[in-house]
Amino acid sequence: MSAKIESNIATDETVIEMRNVNKWYGSFHVLKDINLTVAKGERIVICGPSGSGKSTMIRCINHLEEHQEGEITVNGTRLDENLKNITHIRREVGMVFQQFNLFPHMTILDNLCFAPVWARNMPRAEAEETALRYLERVGIGEQKNKYPGQLSGGQQQRVAIARALCMSPSIMLFDEPTSALDPEMIKEVLDVMIELAETGMTMLCVTHEMSFARSVADRVIFMDEGEIVEENAPAAFFDSPRMDRTQKFLSQILSH
Amino acid sequence: MQSRTVTFHASPPRPAPVNQTNAIGWMRRNLFGGWKDTAITLVLLAILLSFVPDLIQWLFLNATYQGDDDVCRQNGGACWPFIIEKFQVLMIGVYPQDLSWRPAVSALALMGLAALTYSGRIRGVTLIAAWAILPIFALIMIGGAFGMQKVDQSVWGGLMLSIMLALVGVIVSIPLGVLLALGRHYGSPTVKVLCVTFIELLRGVPLITILFMASVMMPLFLPPELVINNLLRIQIGMILFSSAYMAEVVRGGLQAIPKGQTEASLSLGVTPARTIAFVVVPQALRHVLPPLIGRCIALFKDTSLVIIVGLLDFLGMVKGAALDTDWLGFQAEAYVFAAFVYWLICYSLSLYGRRLEQRGPSAHT
Repeated sequence: MSAKIESNIATDETVIEMRNVNKWYGSFHVLKDINLTVAKGERIVICGPSGSGKSTMIRCINHLEEHQEGEITVNGTRLDENLKNITHIRREVGMVFQQFNLFPHMTILDNLCFAPVWARNMPRAEAEETALRYLERVGIGEQKNKYPGQLSGGQQQRVAIARALCMSPSIMLFDEPTSALDPEMIKEVLDVMIELAETGMTMLCVTHEMSFARSVADRVIFMDEGEIVEENAPAAFFDSPRMDRTQKFLSQILSH
Repeated sequence: MQSRTVTFHASPPRPAPVNQTNAIGWMRRNLFGGWKDTAITLVLLAILLSFVPDLIQWLFLNATYQGDDDVCRQNGGACWPFIIEKFQVLMIGVYPQDLSWRPAVSALALMGLAALTYSGRIRGVTLIAAWAILPIFALIMIGGAFGMQKVDQSVWGGLMLSIMLALVGVIVSIPLGVLLALGRHYGSPTVKVLCVTFIELLRGVPLITILFMASVMMPLFLPPELVINNLLRIQIGMILFSSAYMAEVVRGGLQAIPKGQTEASLSLGVTPARTIAFVVVPQALRHVLPPLIGRCIALFKDTSLVIIVGLLDFLGMVKGAALDTDWLGFQAEAYVFAAFVYWLICYSLSLYGRRLEQRGPSAHT
């Protein structure tokens, strides 16, 4: 993994604000009074045991999950039932999924051009140009005419990152991007993410890659049972966790 | 202890074992593998021997290929001159003979488009547009418009009419079925109830009932100025019937699309409607291509039912030919020919569908 990235890219400008966000699945309280402010250029790693609500929290930011109480503001737009606002925010916020979710019936190039053409009305030629640039950047330029099923997991995930970047988002959400990958492919995806972090992209990553958190994150958030238990700069978070639950979690994932 | 570098060399690949099976080996393994296999083989062989030689005798050896009905009766075998003489009427009914090039052009257009689709030369929107235009083109060619001589629908018949009914039926009922399936899958409770009611109502009655309704009962309920011609009414009946089945087939495909696909598209800021149109539906249709082709074949065969509401489709013409007093006693030939044509078309469709499945991205995964 590369050297520690300068952590002073973050500015004071707030891009995401979650205030007292609550969510229930039926009677199950998944998110409990979540308060989170993300500054422009900030890189946040969210960790916690499974079922702690980390994925649900970041999926609320682009409204893939609906929150029932509280307020979420992204780039100054408030998320509400208005589909126009939701779509507007989604164009600003890229997302990378655990299962890649590439469109299997489209070629790699079509996967990348799809959203710019149909959501931004970009001319096809221009979309292709952008797409090729990002494909080169993630190192898959020569595979553009293949279908997702012909690529390895690591390559698919890199395509998924490039696909999100084609919409030129100002915020990127990563939902366990390396959890479905074979061990030898994790690095190639993390390298792309590190390179992205170096460009000053605002990033929220749900991940269990603690070395990534340590070297890239400005802030690590620990969640358990739907609550943000602790948040701190990575060094402090890993070396001197304040809460018992954090200590227990860290000892479990770092012991092996 | 001295450390030693061990280099890893991949062992060279070996050729696959030679397939040593020849015809006798294959038979021994597959037909006479044990006493049970042997018994089954012998019984089936006996059954085949009991009728296949006679059939071949009748179909080909004793058959008449030239001559009139008297020659046929002397030879005792199948009478193919009868089919040859009736060929045109079986294909296009009593459609004017001097205009028969027009249905022929339509048929060529159909085959040409099928070939283009198969080759993958045209895709996406162009492909859909081409298939949407095809039946309109065929109707114009057959019916006559833009200065071409008009041919009344009452003289449309034969295989041309069967294919016409099936083609229009399939091309209109697939999009209708997709809409119904989408309504049932994504719609609001009201839309859902409407779609389910329509689908279950039409699937709950036999096609014959619907054809009777369309042909006999609809004119009773509609005001006289709204009465449309019989053929169109029957076509609409077939489309509605078929779309209910198509809807259920497509719904199966919709259920097979993982949630992550919609989420990925939505997260890119693509609207829900476009997500369904470009991400969900194309994948769903690809998943259900085999049963979809099955429905097309079924619809083609179902067109033979229109004979009971007075349309003379292919089977209707076959029946008529069999009753011709010049050629009395050759019904068997007429029905064998009908069965052969139906089989040929349905099997081609099935083969075409299977090839279509093997192409496309799903074949790569």
